[in-house]
Amino acid sequence: MKFGVVVFPGSNCDYDCWWAIKQATGEKVDFIWHKKKDLSGYDCIVLPGGFSYGDYLRTGAIARFSPIMEEVEKFARQGGFVIGICNGFQILLEAGLLPGAMRKNKNLLFICRYIYVRVENPDTPFTNLCRKGQVLRIPIAHFEGNYYVDSNTLSRLKKNNQIVFRYCNRKGEITDEANPNGSLDAIAGICNEKGNVLGMMPHPERCAESILGSEDGKLIFKSIVKKTGKQGKR
Amino acid sequence: MGKKGGRILRGEKVIRVKIYINLKEGVADPQGATIKHALDSLGYKGVSRVRTGKYLQIELGIEDREKVKKEIEDMCRKILVNPVIENYEYEIEEVK
Repeated sequence: MKFGVVVFPGSNCDYDCWWAIKQATGEKVDFIWHKKKDLSGYDCIVLPGGFSYGDYLRTGAIARFSPIMEEVEKFARQGGFVIGICNGFQILLEAGLLPGAMRKNKNLLFICRYIYVRVENPDTPFTNLCRKGQVLRIPIAHFEGNYYVDSNTLSRLKKNNQIVFRYCNRKGEITDEANPNGSLDAIAGICNEKGNVLGMMPHPERCAESILGSEDGKLIFKSIVKKTGKQGKR
Repeated sequence: MGKKGGRILRGEKVIRVKIYINLKEGVADPQGATIKHALDSLGYKGVSRVRTGKYLQIELGIEDREKVKKEIEDMCRKILVNPVIENYEYEIEEVK
């Protein structure tokens, strides 16, 4: 199968994604410059972390109008797999591919450290190798990850099982102390109704090799490969 | 002198629009809360609440006010404001 990592001006996790996916899956991974307008041949598009357009105006607000995003929207509508990590998640929210918005972290600090998330929905293309309730150790690095959505949409997210990851402690318990940024309902990652678009604040690409302290991120990239059924096929 | 694609040419009126973007009621504002805390600790007793927002100033070379309004509304809806968490209001003024 083939992954594509979109590169916006200001992306800074693009190489990490490229490397981690390659190491974890052995599949083909390309970089895609944000001005490109063709996504044919790709099975999964990754919107990486970083500070696209310097986070000016709002995080993701300008990147969302990059030429490639029209293609990403089309790709998603056709059922292609899209994963937005950190700034990529913020871009998906601004583009309306996922509901909600990000506020500044509750403590007004940029938080860069390992946290724990609990897999709430293991039946997505991105989590099919996880168990329900499995605790992943995975780093975050953001200033605006304090997820917010209105209460009607939150109920809909719950009803449709769109909440994929929630911040938790080491034992998998959801507590206020374990919620690093103040996100509503401790939400760390959500998918769209169809399940083919995932946004998550934690960085799986930063924990996909044992030498880095955790390999839990591998599960996400390998799940995608499994879902496509195109392992090793180019 | 004529107008070319909204560009401001010499001698023409300039319309300045002041846009205020605020967080919606109910959306937590940790910056505002921190500022209030600072004011409290400086001894300003009367402060009941602080909310932060954004201020943009946009100048246009369009004379027709209705057209200006339409453009500004359009910009706000499309990119300048995130309707999930933000509200906006604006004022239009003429500058020479």
